[in-house]
Amino acid sequence: MFPKWFDNWNKDNPTNIFGPAIAVGVAGSAIFVAAMIVAWGQPFATASQQTGPRGTGMHVQEFVSSLSEYPDVDGYVTSEPVVPTADSQLAIDVLEGVPPTLANVTVENYERLREAMRSWTGIPDLLEPGNDSYQTALAYSMIEMTQNLNQNWIGHVQANAEVGVTCYTCHRGQPVPNNIWFRVGNVNSNVAGWPAIQNRVTMTSNFTSLPSTYLEHFLLQDENGQYGVAQVHDLVSRAENPPGSPLIQQTEMTYAWMNYFANSLGVNCVFCHNSRAFYDPAQVTPQWATASLGIIMVQETLEQYILPLEYVLPEERLGPVFADVPKLACRTCHQGEQRPLNGLNVIRNWPELAVLDDEPDYSAFE
Amino acid sequence: MAYFEYQNIFTQVQVQGEPEMGMAQTGENILGGERTKKAGFSTLIGWLGNAQLGPIYLGWAGLISLATGTLWFNIVGLNMLSQVDWSIPEFIRQLFWLALEPPGPEHGLSFPPLNDGGWYIISSFFLLVSVMSWWLRTYLLAVQHQMGKHIAWAFLAAIWLFLVLGLFRPVLMGSWSEAVPYGIFPHLDWTTAFSIRYGNLYYNPFHALSIVFLYGSVLLFAMHGATILAVSRYGGDRELEQIYDRGTASERAGLFWRWTMGFNATMEGIHRWAWWFAVLTPITGGIGILLTGTVVDNWFIWAIEHNFAPEYLGAYGYEAYGTYENFGGVPAGGN
Repeated sequence: MFPKWFDNWNKDNPTNIFGPAIAVGVAGSAIFVAAMIVAWGQPFATASQQTGPRGTGMHVQEFVSSLSEYPDVDGYVTSEPVVPTADSQLAIDVLEGVPPTLANVTVENYERLREAMRSWTGIPDLLEPGNDSYQTALAYSMIEMTQNLNQNWIGHVQANAEVGVTCYTCHRGQPVPNNIWFRVGNVNSNVAGWPAIQNRVTMTSNFTSLPSTYLEHFLLQDENGQYGVAQVHDLVSRAENPPGSPLIQQTEMTYAWMNYFANSLGVNCVFCHNSRAFYDPAQVTPQWATASLGIIMVQETLEQYILPLEYVLPEERLGPVFADVPKLACRTCHQGEQRPLNGLNVIRNWPELAVLDDEPDYSAFE
Repeated sequence: MAYFEYQNIFTQVQVQGEPEMGMAQTGENILGGERTKKAGFSTLIGWLGNAQLGPIYLGWAGLISLATGTLWFNIVGLNMLSQVDWSIPEFIRQLFWLALEPPGPEHGLSFPPLNDGGWYIISSFFLLVSVMSWWLRTYLLAVQHQMGKHIAWAFLAAIWLFLVLGLFRPVLMGSWSEAVPYGIFPHLDWTTAFSIRYGNLYYNPFHALSIVFLYGSVLLFAMHGATILAVSRYGGDRELEQIYDRGTASERAGLFWRWTMGFNATMEGIHRWAWWFAVLTPITGGIGILLTGTVVDNWFIWAIEHNFAPEYLGAYGYEAYGTYENFGGVPAGGN
């Protein structure tokens, strides 16, 4: 292939070029990469939010590139309310099919709200007079649920700032919200008990091998009307109680649940806890209280508004294993953010949804 | 030859020829007992060690160990396969998630149903026989070779930790459900949950000792390996000769460390350092695990009581805490 003089010269002058070539290549590549980082900056820059005393590693971190993403915020349809005057008529006196919990809303504001709700839920004929599909009954219940959340759970939905919830917080323009959950029960075949409910990749287990039944364990009442209690440690250094209480199985169940929290909010353990002593109320962060309130909020909401829908929803909307109601929990609203919709104040323009059993307060718009 | 060619991790000179089959097995000379008849050579393994592969001596202990070990492995695998309804694709997909779990806590130390930990107990019995007979094999082989029993005792240190996790501690706790599941991710979950259950295992001083010896082993191994490679040009890799007839390799290696940190091990003593560090890793770790849940139930609180968990003072540093508005949240009040 090469001219003869070239091959002969090579034969007469044997030189190992691989050693130097590798050395030069490695050194050259390192210099190139270093120069690029200096010139263009770190390509995967990260930012962190400190959550605890400095020096304890308590912080949540994210790629800077994903911090400025607000995927669903732009799709939020909203409009300022029409402040009622002395001769405003109430929608319930004029229109058909007005939900009873919107009895105090004027015609203009009801029509405004209905138009927005159709956009938020992606149901074009929502609350259309004469529409007697299950969606109407469902909407009545869900509107009441939203009002209850905004009025009675202000400690959670407005814990740090006025944020609130509307249909869009969960629905995001879709008739069935993302990140709903069903009971799954046993996930493994041919086994019983503790081995049957874990060690399987499922959506609920967040792709871990931890138990898949933690949501039903902690958020639904058992046959005695009790909720599972987060049990992790003994609270004394040397316990009097019999060995194994709480059990390591309860720890794993709690671990699965805490992992769900972290994934739902896009955070890690130390957003709420100091991981050196998870149990210690003196070392948790302020967010821990908000989250604890959220647990009770979800339990109440499921019990009062979601579980009764079993008799409203058609069969195809029910769960694949137990034919149960699609349920909500942290991720249904939060969808990976510390505050749903990146903390967008969704309630400001909708005083109608902010009260359950009172006159909507339009004073901010007068 | 360029200077850096000398610094390599692969064996430069390989010997391949007539296989070394060991001494003839006649009369009383049965060193190593009955060996397999054949041996071969592999260039690939020659880069990393001796190029000769075989012959091997199994003996009765080795045969029992292989047989029972295979039984354990197959019981675990078939249980996993059964959990995915005997679907091979699903078995492959879920392999790292699947496990053979110990029985639930309600069964205590009794024999549980087969599908709720029974197979776990059976397979664990075979694993116990397998590991112990493999240990016996290391001991008997050392006897046959008229060696010290250092390898057997070192292996026993690791077995101590294994027995604490799977036998001694579950018995003391009164429940087989305390044992570790056989599965890739599940045993990692167990490890984390175990630490959290007992209030953070990092505050267990024996766990801390175990980490010291583990990291110390790594450091010693790197120091020793590097030192010997660095003086192999003076014959330092022939460590035994250097032990009884110290040459310039040992002198240079010793002086390097003495002038670096004021102290140097000896050509023989460095191996005692390495052996003790390695052996103490599972011994201290096993003590720490055995005390957990039996004697101490919350290591963090225990550490506070013994004054070595620091406390943070009041609102120290709160002003530096981040806000969501500065971390991806939309500005407050927007709509």
